[in-house]
Amino acid sequence: MNGVRRLRASSEQPHRGRTPSEWGPALIFLLPSIAVLGTFNFYPALYSLYLSLFEWNGLNPQRTFVGLENYARLIGSGEFWNALRVTLVYAAGVTLTALLLGVGVAVLLNQPIRGRAFYRVLYFLPVITPTVATGVVWKYLFDPTQGVINRGLGGVGIVGPSWLSDPAWALAAVILVGIWKRVGFNMVVYLAALQSIPKTYYEAAAIDGASPWQQFRYITLPLLAPTTFFLVVTALIDAFQVFDLVYVMTAGGPLTATDVMGYYLYRYGFRYSELGFASAIAYVMFALIFVVTVLQFRFSRGGGQVDR
Amino acid sequence: MGVDRLIAKWKVGLRLSVVHLLLMAGAFLSAMPFLWMLTTSLKPEPALYQPPLLLPTHFEWENYVKAWAAAPFPRFFLNSTIMTAGIVLAQTLLSAMAGYAFARMRFPGRDVLFFLVLGTMMIPFPVTLIPSFLVVNWLGWIDTYNALIIPRAVSAFAIFLFRQYFLTIPRELEEAAWIDGAGRFTLFFRIILPLSTPVIAASAIFSFLFAWNDFLWPLLVTNSTEMRTVQVGLAMFQGQYGVFWTLLTAAATIVTLPAIVAFLAAQKQFIAGITNTGLKD
Repeated sequence: MNGVRRLRASSEQPHRGRTPSEWGPALIFLLPSIAVLGTFNFYPALYSLYLSLFEWNGLNPQRTFVGLENYARLIGSGEFWNALRVTLVYAAGVTLTALLLGVGVAVLLNQPIRGRAFYRVLYFLPVITPTVATGVVWKYLFDPTQGVINRGLGGVGIVGPSWLSDPAWALAAVILVGIWKRVGFNMVVYLAALQSIPKTYYEAAAIDGASPWQQFRYITLPLLAPTTFFLVVTALIDAFQVFDLVYVMTAGGPLTATDVMGYYLYRYGFRYSELGFASAIAYVMFALIFVVTVLQFRFSRGGGQVDR
Repeated sequence: MGVDRLIAKWKVGLRLSVVHLLLMAGAFLSAMPFLWMLTTSLKPEPALYQPPLLLPTHFEWENYVKAWAAAPFPRFFLNSTIMTAGIVLAQTLLSAMAGYAFARMRFPGRDVLFFLVLGTMMIPFPVTLIPSFLVVNWLGWIDTYNALIIPRAVSAFAIFLFRQYFLTIPRELEEAAWIDGAGRFTLFFRIILPLSTPVIAASAIFSFLFAWNDFLWPLLVTNSTEMRTVQVGLAMFQGQYGVFWTLLTAAATIVTLPAIVAFLAAQKQFIAGITNTGLKD
C-alpha cells in the first residue's frame, strides 16, 4: 500500500487561502456513492452474517433464530466439503496454469518481433468475451463425438473422454476454459512489468557473462515477484467466486463434480430458498477470500521480495 | 569474421522463428473457439458436422436472422443497452464526483470514509448477493431497470481510479477560477472533467464490459422474458434451442460482438487501466 500512503501525503498539502472544511459540497458530491455502496455493499455484508444465524425461507414473515447451527450443518455436510474441494481444485488449477502460461507468453512477446500488437489482442480477447457466450461455445467444443476437441484428438489417434458428461473429466474441462479466459490478463500485466525492467540490468549481467537463463532466473524472476503475487491473489479471488461458467456448462454436474461454492450458494439461496443456510455458505466464501486478501496486504507491506 | 557474423545472424533469426511458432500456437488456441463459433454460425444445417470446422466456407447469413427471431433478442438487446448505458453513465459520473471530493475537498472523516469505500472492494459479490436481492425485492424493483442499474450505479474501483487521477492534476488550474468565485460544481464540470478524458475512457470501458457481460445479477432480479438481458437470454436460448448449433452460435456471436468492438475501440485505456492498478499495489 505504498502507493496509497504516498498519494495521501500529497493530498494533505495545505489548501492555500481556502476555507478549512467544505462538508456541504462534499456531501453533495459523495451522497449518491455513499448511498449506493452503503445499501448494496456494507449493509448486505453485515446483514448476510446476521441472516446466517437464522433459518428462513425468504417468504415466511417468521424467521427462526438457530445460532451457529447453519455453520454446524455446513461442517457436517458432505456437499459442503465437496464444494470446497471442487472450488480449491478449480482455483489452484486455473491460477497456477494461467500464471505459467501468462509469464511464458509475456516473455515471448517481450522480444523484438513483428506483430506484437496483433498477438496481444488475440491473447486478450478471451478475457473480455462474455462468460455466458464462452461457456456456450466451449460446451460444444467439448461435445464427445462432434466437438472440435475430440475430433482433433481423434485425428491424432486419441479417443477423448466425454468431458462434461463424465464426472472424472468435467472439472478438468471447466478448468481449461478458466485458464483460456485468464492467460491474456496475466500476460498483459506481466508484459507491462517486464517492460518496466531497465535494459541496463541485462546489459550488465551479459558483460559479467550471465547466460540468458541466468538472466531470467536472477534478474527477471525476482523483479516479477510483486507482479506474480498480485496476479495470484486476484486470480484466486476471482476463481473462488466462479459461477457463470459452471451455470452454463455443467450446472454443477455431472453429479456434483463441478459444484463450486458459487453454484452451491446459488442452489441453496435461490433454488431451495434456504436463505440462512445460503448466507452461511456466503460467509465461508468471504472467509476464504478474506484470508487471501489479508495475505496480500501482509506481503505487499513486507516488500513482496520472496525471491532473495 | 564474415562467417561468424552470418552464423550469429542466423541464430537470431532461428530464435525469432521459434518464438513466432510458439506464439502462433498459443494464438491459435486463443482464437479457436471464436473461429469455430463464426464458422458454425455461417453453416447450412446439413453441413454442420462437415469440415472445415474452423474456417468459414459457407455464408448462411440466414442463421442470424433466424436466431434473432427465434427468441426476443431485439428486446434482450434493448434491455442490455439500457442497463449498460445506465451503469456506464452512473458509474462514471458518480464515481468521478466522489473521487473529486476525496481528492480535493477537506471535511471531517474524509480519510476514514475513503478507506471504507476502498474496503467495499474487499467484499466479494456472493456475500452481498442475498441481502441485495432482498433489498431490491423490498423496494419492489424486481423485473425493473432500477434493479438492473441502481445497485451497480457506483464502483469503488472507479472512485479510486478517479481520485488517483485527480491528484495528478495541478491545483493551480483550479485556483484562478476559484479566486474568480467559481463554485465546486463549476470547477468540477468546467475544469476537472475536461482534463480527465483518459480516466473517463478507462472507467467507461471497464463499466461497459462489466455491464454487458454481467449474468448472475440480471438472472436473479428479472423474471419476465421482457426484462431479460442478452446474457440471460443467451443462457435461456441454449436451454431451448441447444440442439440447433447454427442458431446458437449465431446468437453467441451477436452477443459477443459488442464486447469485442468496445474492447478494440478502447483497448489502450483498458490495458493501461489494468496494468496501472496492477503494478502500483
